Amino acid sequence: MNQSNCKGSMSTASSSTNWKANDVVPDQFPAGLRVLVVDDDPTCLVILEKMLRTCLYEVTKCNRAEVALSMLRENKNGFDIVISDVHMPDMDGFKLLEHIGLEMDLPVIMMSADDGKQVVMKGVTHGACDYLIKPVRIEALKNIWQHVVRKKKNEWKDLEQSGSVEEGDRQQKLSEDVDYSSSANEGNWKNSKKRKDEEEETEDRDDTSTLKKPRVVWSVELHQQFVAAVNQLGIDKAVPKKILELMNVPGLTRENVASHLQKYRLYLRRLSGVSQHQGMNNSFMSPQDATFGAMSSLNGLDLQTLSVTGQLPAQSLATLQAAGLGRSTTKSGIPMPLVDQRNLFSFENPKLRFGEGQQQQMSSNKPMNLLHGIPTTMEPKQLASLHQSAQSIGSMNMQVNTHGGQGSSLLMQMAQPQSRGQILNESTSSHVPRLPSSIGQPIMTNGIAGGVIGRNGIGDNSRGTGYNQVPPSSSMLSFPMNHTTELAGNSFPLGSTPGISNVTSKGSFQEEGNSEMKGSAGFVQSYDIFNDLHQHQHQHKSHDWELQNVGLHFDASQNANPIQGNLDVSPSVLVHQGYSSSQRSGQNRNASAVGRAMFSGVECVEQGNMQNFSPHLNNLLVDNSVRVKAETIPDTNCQTTLFTEHFGQDDLMSALLKQQQGGIGTAETDFDLDGYSMDNIPV
Amino acid sequence: MEVGQMQRRLIEYTKSLFMEGILDDQFLQLQQLQDESNPDFVVEVVSLFFQDAEKLLNDITRALDQQSVDFPKVDAHVHQLKGSSASVGAQRVKNGCIAFRNFCEEQNVDGSLRCLQQIKQEYYHVKNKLEALFRLEQQIVAAGGSVPMMELSF
Repeated sequence: MNQSNCKGSMSTASSSTNWKANDVVPDQFPAGLRVLVVDDDPTCLVILEKMLRTCLYEVTKCNRAEVALSMLRENKNGFDIVISDVHMPDMDGFKLLEHIGLEMDLPVIMMSADDGKQVVMKGVTHGACDYLIKPVRIEALKNIWQHVVRKKKNEWKDLEQSGSVEEGDRQQKLSEDVDYSSSANEGNWKNSKKRKDEEEETEDRDDTSTLKKPRVVWSVELHQQFVAAVNQLGIDKAVPKKILELMNVPGLTRENVASHLQKYRLYLRRLSGVSQHQGMNNSFMSPQDATFGAMSSLNGLDLQTLSVTGQLPAQSLATLQAAGLGRSTTKSGIPMPLVDQRNLFSFENPKLRFGEGQQQQMSSNKPMNLLHGIPTTMEPKQLASLHQSAQSIGSMNMQVNTHGGQGSSLLMQMAQPQSRGQILNESTSSHVPRLPSSIGQPIMTNGIAGGVIGRNGIGDNSRGTGYNQVPPSSSMLSFPMNHTTELAGNSFPLGSTPGISNVTSKGSFQEEGNSEMKGSAGFVQSYDIFNDLHQHQHQHKSHDWELQNVGLHFDASQNANPIQGNLDVSPSVLVHQGYSSSQRSGQNRNASAVGRAMFSGVECVEQGNMQNFSPHLNNLLVDNSVRVKAETIPDTNCQTTLFTEHFGQDDLMSALLKQQQGGIGTAETDFDLDGYSMDNIPV
Repeated sequence: MEVGQMQRRLIEYTKSLFMEGILDDQFLQLQQLQDESNPDFVVEVVSLFFQDAEKLLNDITRALDQQSVDFPKVDAHVHQLKGSSASVGAQRVKNGCIAFRNFCEEQNVDGSLRCLQQIKQEYYHVKNKLEALFRLEQQIVAAGGSVPMMELSF
């Protein structure tokens, strides 16, 4: 059976999956499907594990929801599907479901010995893709792969269909889910085209760049229209299609609405039930005010909460990453806030734009993707923007993250919009945007934040924002918002992004530096976050899945980070990313397919930043950008980098730095942010 | 006793457990999961179940013993016991849990206590039976034979 991420690209109809070219052949699917099982009952857990193994799946079991979440956050693209019990002592299964949906957008199957109608209904309303009654029979497990395929397919389809709407939107989708098509590699979708559009879109947000296609920016008015439509229909009856009809906004696609609705629901839930500690949510929401910069307040909030939750580390990373991503994404140097898509809520957008602001800052520096080690090809502008966004995001995220994840997610999300970061954004965005509140973006932020910070210097985010500013110099992706220059110099350590490494490093950017790659991968992730936050419109998400195979979840992304200018990541690395970077050009999506592949650095590549790197990089970058976008959470959040240092930013930073120096892999372990290891940093 | 005989005995014994409703189809599923790579799978899982179940039963007993019974907590324990017993195929225990939950809902302490007693009985019953079953299997293996797979056809 295929194990490990190389599941083999799903050779689904769409273009080849992002998975690495050398991934297991698709026809082995669904063997090798990576399943995460969560159940507090040891007996059931063991039985399920055995059954799943018998189905030739790759199983990871976990008996606590928190641990599961952190695993997921750490390894954004590490899993394809999650099976969770409903009744668990430490966290309600539905809560976990919500988190996962928001942060990682993975298909989740609920299961329980309870077959009461209400419970099953709850599963449905919370978004579970299936509900199994215990005792679970192996036959029921044999077909769970369908949920993965279906999700990806929908993502893909959405992407393709939303052509007019905005590329970003599509990309969003792609990045969100595992995309079948390897965006990175092929330009199969119109990724490149889209991406560019997205980028442009985001760009125009900050800077004037020419926007080819308007991104779906959830402006306040638009959101209000949305809310009005939802209220008219009734929150329970509000389905995207109807909402879309009611809103009657030209160019808006159902997908846009759907993703926005998802966030909105979470938001509402959070408002009503969720406590502040989630932090992010609230803060997230509040960012309505435009300026991302305003996020700082948010960040601060988040940080608090985050720190409280102890989730900070991861989160912050995510934010950082997001911030960073935001930056990087902007291809044009403008951290286009991918946000639009990703912003959880429209109000976030204003904040996200912050990434834009960031961009400005960033512009000066080379497009260093803080997050991504992926270097260089990113146009300086973009990187800068990404950088900024990333930074801001990062910081923001970080703060948010600490929140317990919630915040971070928000941040990330916010950041995302900003930076188109394209590449990064995508990836991150995918992660980030998701949760405005619920999970606090475990994936993105946590991993990213941490990773970002440490790794690439993402710490910068934190640094810039308020984190312990780790001297961007160096290897770290000069993520920090402030360090625009750093970006360039960041040498996005492909390797250095230690933080990221854990994340995805699967494919770590560089082949050679696998460890590095890891780091970078992780970085990438973070990058994604940032990207997403800021600008990425990348849809990387979709490719996440594919990316995974790549080994680097992000794989591509890393390179893609155009921001990274420094990234030494050799193109090969990029390629490594799993995406056949060469194909990337515009493939961003691919990377994102995985969704998590935040970095769809590949996307970034497309952006043209990566030009330097071999074509692969380009792809990667491109991808990243693509991916990121979706997720970009209002950059503004990032900007403010509230990171109130709740987390041991310093630790993060140092860890990151350390990592960078020492290669990525190690970094991961170093970080153990409040229990979240850097590794968690979703790469 | 020679191997063939032992094997037949094992089959008969297992069948009777199914007929009596002590075990259900899920147990067969477990057996089918067992293979060369994991030859002791069933024993392992069932052992896990025993551990878990005993702990749960103790928790429930203690909870019901309180002045003020925390029924939601009891219910949660019972729910878990239900899940794990269902997963190994301990049908009677599972059924007992289902009944128990009704009493919990009603917040009926007496009813719950009685039900708990019953579940405990069923639990020890199935435990004994399964342990006997495993012993039989061990004997077969020790004698050089292989454990026959049950095919529930009835």
